[in-house]
Amino acid sequence: MTASDGKPAAATASAAPRRLGTAAAAAAVIAYALITLIPLLWILVTGFKSPPDSISYPPKVVYRPTLEGYVNLFTARSRQTREYIDSLGPATTWYDKLARKRNMVITGPSRFAGRYMNSVIIGFGSTFLAVFLGTLAAYGFSRFKVPLKDDLLFFILSTRMMPPIAVAIPIFLMYRKLGLSDTALGMILLYTAVNVSLAVWLLKGFVDEIPREYEEAAIIDGYSRMQAFVKVVLPQMRAGIAATAIFCLIFAWNEYAFALLLTSGEAQTAPPFIPVIIGEGGLDWPAVAAGTTLFLLPIITFTVLLRNQLLRGITFGAIRK
Amino acid sequence: MASTTPQALPAAQGFRKRVSMLSDRAVAWLCIGPTIALLLAINIFPLLWTIYLSFTNYRANQPGREIKWVGLKNYKRILGSEDIWGYMQTTASFVCTTMIIQTALGLGLALLINRNFRGHGFCTTVILIPMMLTPAVVGTFWTYIYQPQTGIFSYIVNFFAEVGPLDMIGSVDLAPWAIVIVDTWMWTPYIMLLCLAGLRSIPPYLYEAAEIDRANAWQKFRYITLPRIMPFLMLAVLFRGMENVKMFDMVVELTSGGPGSVTELASINLKREAFEKWKTGYSSAFAVILFVTVFGLGSIYVKALNRVKS
Repeated sequence: MTASDGKPAAATASAAPRRLGTAAAAAAVIAYALITLIPLLWILVTGFKSPPDSISYPPKVVYRPTLEGYVNLFTARSRQTREYIDSLGPATTWYDKLARKRNMVITGPSRFAGRYMNSVIIGFGSTFLAVFLGTLAAYGFSRFKVPLKDDLLFFILSTRMMPPIAVAIPIFLMYRKLGLSDTALGMILLYTAVNVSLAVWLLKGFVDEIPREYEEAAIIDGYSRMQAFVKVVLPQMRAGIAATAIFCLIFAWNEYAFALLLTSGEAQTAPPFIPVIIGEGGLDWPAVAAGTTLFLLPIITFTVLLRNQLLRGITFGAIRK
Repeated sequence: MASTTPQALPAAQGFRKRVSMLSDRAVAWLCIGPTIALLLAINIFPLLWTIYLSFTNYRANQPGREIKWVGLKNYKRILGSEDIWGYMQTTASFVCTTMIIQTALGLGLALLINRNFRGHGFCTTVILIPMMLTPAVVGTFWTYIYQPQTGIFSYIVNFFAEVGPLDMIGSVDLAPWAIVIVDTWMWTPYIMLLCLAGLRSIPPYLYEAAEIDRANAWQKFRYITLPRIMPFLMLAVLFRGMENVKMFDMVVELTSGGPGSVTELASINLKREAFEKWKTGYSSAFAVILFVTVFGLGSIYVKALNRVKS
């Protein structure tokens, strides 16, 4: 009892409602995706508003865009009287002009650029270190008979169960004693220690997948263990290393609690800094939005470009275990 | 085998030779050693120190003061404190509410996306983005969105239903929902992704066999889909649940635990006691209790998960 196209009758009979169901599914998912985007788009838009526009009631969707938010983000200003401002020479740059329109004079750069750089340095530094140590350790656990291997692996995993604030108390005391408070080195070590457990766990899964025969062939050919590791295993781990590095970088980039509690000036990263960009009478929303946009943009770019690596890493734990 | 080692300095060459000549055992320890050392220094040693401090009356802002051993006094005070039980309850209800909503939403989205309509990959990427953002920064800008008069959340809700300006953050009734909504916005994609991975691992012939047996959609879901994605779903809930018990960044920036202490989660209170009131010994005890709670709940859950997997 088949239809003309050879499929069983039941299949073609349900094809039409199925197509309708798929269209409805698509509509629902697209709607959810659009709703998800609204807050992000709003922040992007707010970055280009003037401070009065950003707190207008009702919220303005149509407004005159300005770069005031970005200027406020990157500069420190002081309020002066109109006479003083007029007594200075004409404004030299476009951002000077913007500031003077609000009776402010630019006194120098703000701390945002420095904080952003700290995020970059500490982020990449700790990622590199975590992936380096993690790759070695993953190889070690995968290929060698290590005493208490399962216990060690579990111990590594359990380090992720402490609330960060709890870990922060003794680290704070320890760093104070060692002079690592508010230093980039201290933060890099800390983030590396937090990331390395995830790195080892992820990378071990990747190494486990690589057949031992390749290294063993290399060793028979006269290479030592380390040489076999570098020449044979490492290249095959590239995808795994990339996925792991992305997660480590995202953690370090987004970290807030430790940065808040352990740094204040020198080594402070962007996340504790952005919420306290104060303007006149409260938070300077366009500047906060500008800072938020600049800080989140790399993440969003990464997510879109490296989507497949991310998806692989996220679902990895579920499938491997 | 032609050697491709470049002509290095004799000292470097010697070192390289020595490293490459190491026995397997030495290589193993060389690989694992640094990682273990780092974890001991920055994870284990501080944990042990915290446990020690929890039995003292140490205050970090008075380092010179003599440290007195007080035994279980801190623990007794915490376990007997109504406030602490209140914070644990707030945390528990936060975790339960978010897990229920995100499981329903995430599973639903995964089922819909699994139909592979045109553009589903693009939609997946878009929905994925909030998950990768900085929680603290997300908390800050949702403060802006939640402003009663000037924020778009209230504006949009009023567009559909005239309820007057919604003070999400300042209202005792709405603030818990404020943090639940933001957490859902951020983390539903995580559950969705794991469910999707689970759905994609189900071989299609199972469904075809069921169709031949004239199973309807609900039966297919209940007997094929659900059991197959259960391990993935449970794993997702385990990870997210654990993370939400430790939740700090986003809520601190969004509500600071307020109004009053309506959204004061355990971690937020811990930070207050440890780094604002400087009751180091007391907060160390609280930290230990929290760790044991997370660890304990996690272990129970993992056992259940393993049973489901077998």
